[in-house]
Amino acid sequence: MSTVDVQPKKHKNETWREMKKNKGAYLLISPFFIIFLIFGLFPILFSIYLALSSWDGIGTMEFVGLRNFEFLLTDPLFWKSIANTFIIFIISTIPMIFLALVVAFLLNSSFVKFRGFYKTLYFLPNVTAIVAVAIVFSVIFSPSYGFVNYIITLLGFDAINWHNNAIGVKVAVAAMVIWRWTGYNAIIFLAGLQKIPNSLYEAARIDGASTFQIFTKITIPLLRPVMLFVVITSTIGGMQIFAEPQLLVGNSGGAGGEGLTIVLYLYQQAFVKNLYGYGSAIAIGLFIIIMLFSLFNWKVVQRKK
Amino acid sequence: MSILKKIILHTCLIIGVLISIFPFYWLIVMSTNDSSAAYTFPPVWTFGDQFFVNVQKVFAEIPFLQSMFNTLIVSTLSTVLVLFFSSLAGFVFAKFKFPGKNKLFIFTLTTMMIPAQLSLIPMFIMMQEIGWIDSYKALIIPGLVSAFGIFWIKQYAEGAIHDDLLNAARIDGCGIFRMYWNIALPVLKPALAFLAIFNFMAVWNDYLWPLIVLNDPSKYTLMVALANLKGLHATDHAAVMTGTFLGTLPLIALFLIASRQFISDIAAGAVKD
Repeated sequence: MSTVDVQPKKHKNETWREMKKNKGAYLLISPFFIIFLIFGLFPILFSIYLALSSWDGIGTMEFVGLRNFEFLLTDPLFWKSIANTFIIFIISTIPMIFLALVVAFLLNSSFVKFRGFYKTLYFLPNVTAIVAVAIVFSVIFSPSYGFVNYIITLLGFDAINWHNNAIGVKVAVAAMVIWRWTGYNAIIFLAGLQKIPNSLYEAARIDGASTFQIFTKITIPLLRPVMLFVVITSTIGGMQIFAEPQLLVGNSGGAGGEGLTIVLYLYQQAFVKNLYGYGSAIAIGLFIIIMLFSLFNWKVVQRKK
Repeated sequence: MSILKKIILHTCLIIGVLISIFPFYWLIVMSTNDSSAAYTFPPVWTFGDQFFVNVQKVFAEIPFLQSMFNTLIVSTLSTVLVLFFSSLAGFVFAKFKFPGKNKLFIFTLTTMMIPAQLSLIPMFIMMQEIGWIDSYKALIIPGLVSAFGIFWIKQYAEGAIHDDLLNAARIDGCGIFRMYWNIALPVLKPALAFLAIFNFMAVWNDYLWPLIVLNDPSKYTLMVALANLKGLHATDHAAVMTGTFLGTLPLIALFLIASRQFISDIAAGAVKD
């Protein structure tokens, strides 16, 4: 059922006739493009224009050129928000991927019964709303009476002020991310593992390969596309983190802005302080960071091939 | 594999499950206890009998049922529209040839890479200009068709709908929309079911955009209402946890009903080559 268009190049008139003949098809796909034009493309162009302006939403819009960007590059809070976002991303993604792999390997063992039951329970955190997760975790990580501090003091350590401590805030946010996404990614890894044909393992075993060799020479390479999917989606999600810190420590990002992520900073500048121009500059900064990351991921894959 | 290994493996799996469901257990414990339970050390472990008292407090503090109803309306309407427009486009992309088709499809996929935050501020300004602040149009119309939905349906339709069937319909004088309605839709049901649950959950759980465009508490969706409840009651954990529990319950129920198919579809979508 090939859908690739293999017709030879046509004369312009013929293309036009072909298009007219297919006007029904164009009509049926048009809603997406109309919606995208109005609520996708236009806002992006508007965003660029706003980033070059100074506007509080009420007064007149003033064109200021690159001033917002100049300020952005020297704004310590912006850099702090980038650093915070990256730290949270790293301390959540690495343990999350590791744990997800472990869970996937365990679930993939041939004798595990009730696999569907396990999958459902592991997936459950992911369908729970971030708002709910953040509310529950802010209580679990509550500084004076929280469950985590209870465990810590039980083990003989001092309680940690999770809302005011530079690392504490980030750990609490990372814990929410890890809890919410480990199961999801484990299911994705499991699907990848189950796609590897059994005959490959059998052949390797007949050739006398050790378990470790089978793991490094067959499982890991064949799992790479799935790994890439998980890394890319986690990266994009990690750069956009907002609700977790906002609900944990508020719009300011907590004491000293230790929980201030890039999107939280964007939200704060645009919707709390009404600095639409500067907010747009932050949005464009975020977009560039995500693009650079995607490019980096893509380069890594290219090289490995 | 030895018995010992099996025991270790199952223990690990069960510990993982316990960690997965612990916050839910905690949520229920807190919402059935008095709010003072949140301030006792060591923490209270067991269910209390204060659930209905807490429910009453939640209902008194925020228009909870109203928010639930709002969310239901928005999620349902959005899902119906997304299903319709996305499947229409997905079907056309999968089964018809027309000039520029591949370019248009690749363009559709590319739009998925744009982070939503990039257009957040201009979108808000637009909503102000056209008077959609506090209107559900702001939540529904911009997400009318999803690029992911188009992609998902196209992938499915390519394999599931037979060309012979469409050709026969064409000979009988069927128009493209009739083919969609009579032939494609029934076949696409499984793909539509997944898209429906996926979209419904996403809209139900959405937070940032509703937070920005809704000002009137009577218009709040559940997520905004819950965040608001948390802000109102920094100290009354029991009420906040009860609201959160009630607001999470419907979606958990929906997920448990549809989980098997939903999970395997998510996994299939991710490992597609």
